[in-house]
Amino acid sequence: MKNILKSIVAMLSVLVAFTSCNNSGNSNGKSGALSSNIAEKVYVAPGEHDSHYAFISGGYSGNLTVYGLPSGRMFKEIPVFSQFPTSGYGYSEETKPMLNTSHGFIPWGDSHHPDISQTNGEIDGRFIFINENNTPRIAKIDLTTFETTEIIEVPNSAGNHSSSFVTENTEYVVAGTRFSVPVPQRDMPIKDYKGNFQGALSFISVAPETGNMDIKFQILMPGFNYDLSHPGRGKSHGWFFFTTYNTEEASTLLEVNASQNDKDFIAAVNWKKIEEYVNNGGGTMMPADYAHNVYDEHTHTATSTMKKEVRVVNPTDVPGAVFFLPTPKSPHGCDVDPSGEYIIGNGKLSSALTVHSFTKMLDAVNNEKFDGEAYGIPILKFEDVLAGTVESSGLGPLHTEFDGQGNAYTTFFISSEVVKWKLGTWEVIDRKPTYYSVGHLTIPGGNSRKPQGKYMFAMNKITKDRYLPTGPELEHSAQLYDISGEKMELLLDFPTHGEPHYAAAMEADIIKERSKKIYNLEDNKHPYAAFSDSDTKVVRKGNEVHIYMTTIRSHFSPDNIEGIKVGDKVYFHITNLEQDFDVPHGFAVLGQNTSELLIMPGQTKSSVWEPTKVGIWPFYCTDFCSALHQEMQGYIRVSPANSNTPLKWSMGEDIE
Amino acid sequence: MKKSNIIMFIAAILPLGLFLFPLWKITLEAPQYPTPLGMYIHINDFSDVNPHDIKNINLMNHYVGMKYIPEAIPEFKIFPAGILITTAIGLIIAFKGNYKWFLFWFILMMALSSAGLYDFYIWEHDYGHNLDPKAIMKFTNPDGTQMGFQPPLFGSKDILNFRAHSYPQLGALFLGLGIAGGFFAYLVGKKNHKKA
Repeated sequence: MKNILKSIVAMLSVLVAFTSCNNSGNSNGKSGALSSNIAEKVYVAPGEHDSHYAFISGGYSGNLTVYGLPSGRMFKEIPVFSQFPTSGYGYSEETKPMLNTSHGFIPWGDSHHPDISQTNGEIDGRFIFINENNTPRIAKIDLTTFETTEIIEVPNSAGNHSSSFVTENTEYVVAGTRFSVPVPQRDMPIKDYKGNFQGALSFISVAPETGNMDIKFQILMPGFNYDLSHPGRGKSHGWFFFTTYNTEEASTLLEVNASQNDKDFIAAVNWKKIEEYVNNGGGTMMPADYAHNVYDEHTHTATSTMKKEVRVVNPTDVPGAVFFLPTPKSPHGCDVDPSGEYIIGNGKLSSALTVHSFTKMLDAVNNEKFDGEAYGIPILKFEDVLAGTVESSGLGPLHTEFDGQGNAYTTFFISSEVVKWKLGTWEVIDRKPTYYSVGHLTIPGGNSRKPQGKYMFAMNKITKDRYLPTGPELEHSAQLYDISGEKMELLLDFPTHGEPHYAAAMEADIIKERSKKIYNLEDNKHPYAAFSDSDTKVVRKGNEVHIYMTTIRSHFSPDNIEGIKVGDKVYFHITNLEQDFDVPHGFAVLGQNTSELLIMPGQTKSSVWEPTKVGIWPFYCTDFCSALHQEMQGYIRVSPANSNTPLKWSMGEDIE
Repeated sequence: MKKSNIIMFIAAILPLGLFLFPLWKITLEAPQYPTPLGMYIHINDFSDVNPHDIKNINLMNHYVGMKYIPEAIPEFKIFPAGILITTAIGLIIAFKGNYKWFLFWFILMMALSSAGLYDFYIWEHDYGHNLDPKAIMKFTNPDGTQMGFQPPLFGSKDILNFRAHSYPQLGALFLGLGIAGGFFAYLVGKKNHKKA
């Protein structure tokens, strides 16, 4: 009996082996040989680099995460709109101004849609922009330092969602409002929304050399919800497209009341025309109150300036600048193909995708074939602008990206899948499941004339069982697909941090050589910097004490400080004298009511400490900097408020 | 001008290349330095291979009590003067002298270069052995003597976690070609003299 069993097992093994061989060429098979083939596609050998960067929005973490593709490894979390105790961002004296707004200091944000700067319609990798949804702001991250260097608040906006997408030459980063509000804000009954609220579409200019942001103008549109947007490119460069929902102008139970109209609109904005109008003095300066925060790489310090007015434009004052394209069923995503011809509006309550033609739209505009108007803005006829419909493609279409080979990829939230279809013929080529309930998807080089193909990843809202369980709260999941073939191939599952809305990705070669290794000490213009151990000092100004401190392997200078009193406000200004790649030093003092500082080579950061207790309190380096990291420590003596302990400091010898 | 004198003229000029190119290069490799630390030695200067390398070499070396690499050493004044003077002598010989003088110049250059190398060795030895008695880390050889950290004069050597390389650079090649050129000028001159 045993022998029979054995031979059966043996025969089965042989059969399995043969089956595996037969299947190895079949892309739908799941044989061992094939899975190892997939593993190779995402395997980046130790010490080797990924071919692509992915900048994935951290959603309600307020930050931006940096990943590598195809490995799915996370390299860095860049603090943007949220305090980040790891580095001291938003806690240090230098970076607190970055989080200043017209509502005061805000420790948190909801980041959504990163977009990389472009030149001639191609990704140039200088900056990445990202929007904050809750208290409307746009941030700029410098891709040589991977640090947030500028944040501008957007007045008259609420729910900064159809943002932050850049035009073909980064002329503008555009921010549209999801919630319409009274403009200017005022006390009024909510029920009077209709006809009284407005939606601001903000065009923020980006200075070509410095990248400095400035709100050039805001278009005050009817009180709809402006959901997502994308710039025209190529032939449609100069236009911007925004999806709208709630054209019903409901203010309560929107899930029902904003879903009544069969069609909402895509707003087509000829920004070149409005720019020209504004350059000729058009529009009006309206009183406003918004923060503009700029981080200077040389002083290592941010400054916050409150701006007091903004230029607004009434769209009906600029004939021929704004049109509405009827689009079925509360469209969400608004995507423009690499040629600039097709504008895809994903009616999130429909099963079909609507594709508008830019050429047909221009034709209808030129022939003034209008189908009424909304608040003075001409509505074009649906049939006149429609290029085609992708039928029965799935349920709940959200976002579309392109591979540059004439194909489009659309996510379907309800049916949890990505559908590949062909531009022009509208035929569905392939569909692959996602896990689960996919929101955005990203193809490297996405929002540009030249997508960089090869990979696509889907960012999902629901994780459930995809990873080892971690209690009720889970990280979100993403799936990476190879899109180089006719059919998409699922390669990898990887967790993402926060709630990734959208991501921008690009070939790593564009920026990796430009990434800074250190800050040059010679360029440090921080007013409290010290440039050598002997340059350090402690200065008292009333009850403020400024400690000019340095760090270098493996000591602080000074490391003994006396003469501090309870009630003093002690500023530790710490300069890291290192000029070697990847040698940060950290700083923390016992009882500090704020975060640590993590100071990069050549950088100066400051932390405030208000000691409440008499005693000798240690401080130390928090980053394992060297073999003698544990020795990198010091003491600060806090005397009673009325004491006469003289202010003294030392390093290497005792205080006498 | 005779052929040998032309060769001598070129030979005398070649060492001036030391003012354009580094003489020597010391490289320190370690796993945590995927880009190695390096220092060029010029006739009149030390310089970084990559920005801040010397500062970082000093930082590494302070753990074992080695002195900082000085900003300037007396040799930076003596060596350039030596090269300028010997080049001047070489040029005078090229215009006025005969082949016997070429041999004299060759021997002079050989002697001075050897002295320079010896001086460099002495400095290296002192740099690697004259350690701060309060050094953070003290290492001894198996025989109990204090471990030195002298980089090799020529070649490669393991020093604790580093692998040190020390090799001549383009400047040294110019000098070597110049010296060899002097000897060649002598040979050519001698041959022509016999013929004549």
